[in-house]
Amino acid sequence: MTNSIREIPVSEAYLIIGSNTTENHPVIGSMIKREVIRNNKKLVVVDPRRIEMAKYADVYLQIKPGTNVAILNGLAHVALKENLYDREYVESRCEAFEEYRKVVEKYTPEHVASICGIDDPSLIVKAARILAGAKPMALYYCMGITQFKSGVNGVKSCANLQMLLGNIGVMGGGVNPLRGQNNVQGACDMGALNAVYPAYQPIGTEDNKNKFMNAWKVGFELSMKPGLTIVESLNAAIAGDLKALYVFGENPVMSDPNQHHVIEALEKLDFLVVQDIVLTETAQYADVVLPGFAFLEKEGTVSNTERRVQMMHRVVAPAGDSRDDWLILTQLANRMGASWDYTCPKDIFEEIRTVTPSYAGITYERLENNELLQWPCPNESHPGTQFLHREKFSRGLGLMTAIEYTPPAEDVDPEYPVILTTGRVLEHFHTGTMSRNSRILDETVPEGFVEMNPNDASNYNVCDGDLVAVSTRRGSIRVKARVTGRPKPNVVFVPFHFAEAAANKLTIDALDPTCKIPEFKVCACKIERVAM
Amino acid sequence: MDAIQMTIDGKQVTGKKGQTILEVALDNNIDIPYLCYHPRISKTGACRICMVRVNEAALKTSCTEPASNGMIIDTDDDEIRELRRSILGMLLAEGDHNCLYCESNGECELQRLCNRYEVPMPAGDMPTRQRAVDTVSSKGLRRNENRCILCGRCVKACGEIQMNSVWNFTGRGSSTALTSDMFAQLGDSSCVMCGACVQCCPTGALSFQTVLGRGQAWELKKETSVCIYCGVGCQIDFYTNKEGKLVKALGNADGPNEGHLCVKGRFGFDFVQSGKRLTKPLIKKNGAFEEASWDEALDLVASRLSDIKSKSGPDSIMAFSSAKCTNEENYLMQKFMRAVIGTNNVDHCARL
Ligand code: SF4
Ligand code: SF4
Ligand code: SF4
Repeated sequence: MTNSIREIPVSEAYLIIGSNTTENHPVIGSMIKREVIRNNKKLVVVDPRRIEMAKYADVYLQIKPGTNVAILNGLAHVALKENLYDREYVESRCEAFEEYRKVVEKYTPEHVASICGIDDPSLIVKAARILAGAKPMALYYCMGITQFKSGVNGVKSCANLQMLLGNIGVMGGGVNPLRGQNNVQGACDMGALNAVYPAYQPIGTEDNKNKFMNAWKVGFELSMKPGLTIVESLNAAIAGDLKALYVFGENPVMSDPNQHHVIEALEKLDFLVVQDIVLTETAQYADVVLPGFAFLEKEGTVSNTERRVQMMHRVVAPAGDSRDDWLILTQLANRMGASWDYTCPKDIFEEIRTVTPSYAGITYERLENNELLQWPCPNESHPGTQFLHREKFSRGLGLMTAIEYTPPAEDVDPEYPVILTTGRVLEHFHTGTMSRNSRILDETVPEGFVEMNPNDASNYNVCDGDLVAVSTRRGSIRVKARVTGRPKPNVVFVPFHFAEAAANKLTIDALDPTCKIPEFKVCACKIERVAM
Repeated sequence: MDAIQMTIDGKQVTGKKGQTILEVALDNNIDIPYLCYHPRISKTGACRICMVRVNEAALKTSCTEPASNGMIIDTDDDEIRELRRSILGMLLAEGDHNCLYCESNGECELQRLCNRYEVPMPAGDMPTRQRAVDTVSSKGLRRNENRCILCGRCVKACGEIQMNSVWNFTGRGSSTALTSDMFAQLGDSSCVMCGACVQCCPTGALSFQTVLGRGQAWELKKETSVCIYCGVGCQIDFYTNKEGKLVKALGNADGPNEGHLCVKGRFGFDFVQSGKRLTKPLIKKNGAFEEASWDEALDLVASRLSDIKSKSGPDSIMAFSSAKCTNEENYLMQKFMRAVIGTNNVDHCARL
């Protein structure tokens, strides 16, 4: 997030797009709800499903999955045409406005309504007026923006709109991605990515290479060649180029698109190591399984969605002979010729501080003193950064990007006539390794389902609770139907937590060309009632 | 500029403009008893336990009375004590309180105040109403309204923190009672099991279902950590019993969550102590897993990775790091791949 959770009360309006906030980030959801309901703040919600947040919205836009770029351009179009945008901000702080304006000009409300499947184009005008008329306005998004072949374009379109309306670098404004995992922010910050060192320092420069060779005292040249991303690596395994895989606390069999393809890749490997807390669906394919610690057994830091670094503490004694994950990695590295001498997570953090400029000022002592520290925090007397881009953008001027809408990889056709979208439910998390092994959560929502609109249900002769087969070109699952007014007609939703009815048997592994994120949020499927 | 000076129990204290007498007292570690007040919800002024004497004259409810410069406050005298004792006596008599069987025994605010003010046992002839008891319909919450003192904290917790408005009052006078979603069983209501109401309830009227272990309030150990689920990063106080089993989770007010949690943070932690946990390294031999020692397992991984590296090159090895693991662990994983294996093949599920 460019801004902070505690700024929610400062915002005058919110645009929530592609985030089912009350189920996936419930605490933030409640905070925004409180402002809208109790303090009459404005809310616009854009989502293919009539999620809870839509109930409180001044305008709710039910778009077809995969049309985010069009709707964001449409909102900008109205703001420009009616001269509601922040001209002074755009002139003094942004660049490439002309190119952007030219593209956006084509996205009239009527044109956008037809792309997005919205019946009434005037809703777009109304939404744009609300968003442009309230300042500061905060934009919140989640995987409903990113998990598309056009995911990067969706993110850039969010930034475009917020620059146009003068809401970046402003308290209570911002472009605020809600991170779906407790430390996905930190994993990125630490360089667990194929092309960057910690703090997003590119691997491809001589300077950075030398810097890390010195810091890490390596006796060989560090590679400057970008590594593989997850989905690419599975392809490489099938092609025979990737021989060994070390899976640390992930469950690709459940979490990655196109499950058959993932399993084929894992079976093709010469060697698979899985380090996890239970024998996951992925661990079944491993040659060696290493039992690590669960979160309540370990110490260390995590970074939340607002870049705030927090301490975790040991609450319970470790299970059996399981081992601290940092220790496993250290012992393995030392067996392979390294001489790492860490004795505790703090030792590692001290090293992190020396090579990660944005974390340099954060210390265990400050965190234990309950200081609220958000990176960038370059030195020990720095208070941390509540919101980014305050006086100017990190890169100087804010770059506006002209972006055209492009359709998703797979369109519906007579054989697969329905759009399938996937996601999470309130009570469960990701692949279920944790939530489905927690009794109360598992008992509350014990099985998967497919949400479908009453119209579609009657077309397919399906009643609430019936067993249906959901099939795509990649696979088929059987789940109970949940007939509800939530999804848009001709769109069905399946949560991906349930191994017995794994949504990712169905999803497509089409990737965003830049960031390689798979298109989980849209593919074509068909629905058949299963006779019982 | 916004500071105010006042005297509480003969002590000079400083407060801020806009605070109530109770808030100034609490900030200065002066203990005024209260029941309906809670720092995370709006003020009610209903229980009247927090009565104090203002300027040596009238009694006022300190939780609603604004503090002002020069005020002289007495928090305790014979009349105040007698008033508190009679209110507490009425609350006790209205309900059915048998602490031995109560989930809140030892951490109950009513129990603590009755002890402090030496409230006698209610006489047997007071009417004891039978009210709703529902300990099964909700997977997460238990409700025993015979212990309810109608303070209204749960109504406000649900309506102002979770913004769900499940709870409400119905009836008048001595037949006032709580309802969830107008008479639905809690389990059939729109409750999302965030637990905010339970966390705010001063008595045992609302409590959590047992997640894993049980234990008496005074035996539990508390440690703060961060939720493992979404990226909000709620700070949670986890409680363990004498056997080290996890008992419950309460939202910590210092975190970005300001004390609130969702159902996952509240109840989703027993997987840590589930029987499904892996406790020994496993090595697959002839298609089946066998338990192994750490030395055996680590030696095998090291030698296989070294072999593959020398035969097929470092770029034939890949690691998936973890968004559920700490910064320290993710840092080590990428360092391991880059500085030990010699490849940039490291990624994690940020995109999934
Ligand atoms: S609510 Fe308090 S006073 Fe009543 S039985 Fe429980 S512990 Fe005792
Ligand atoms: S648990 Fe949460 S949603 Fe349920 S009644 Fe209590 S406050 Fe409301
Ligand atoms: S308690 Fe809920 S909202 Fe808070 S971090 Fe955990 S999953 Fe997210």
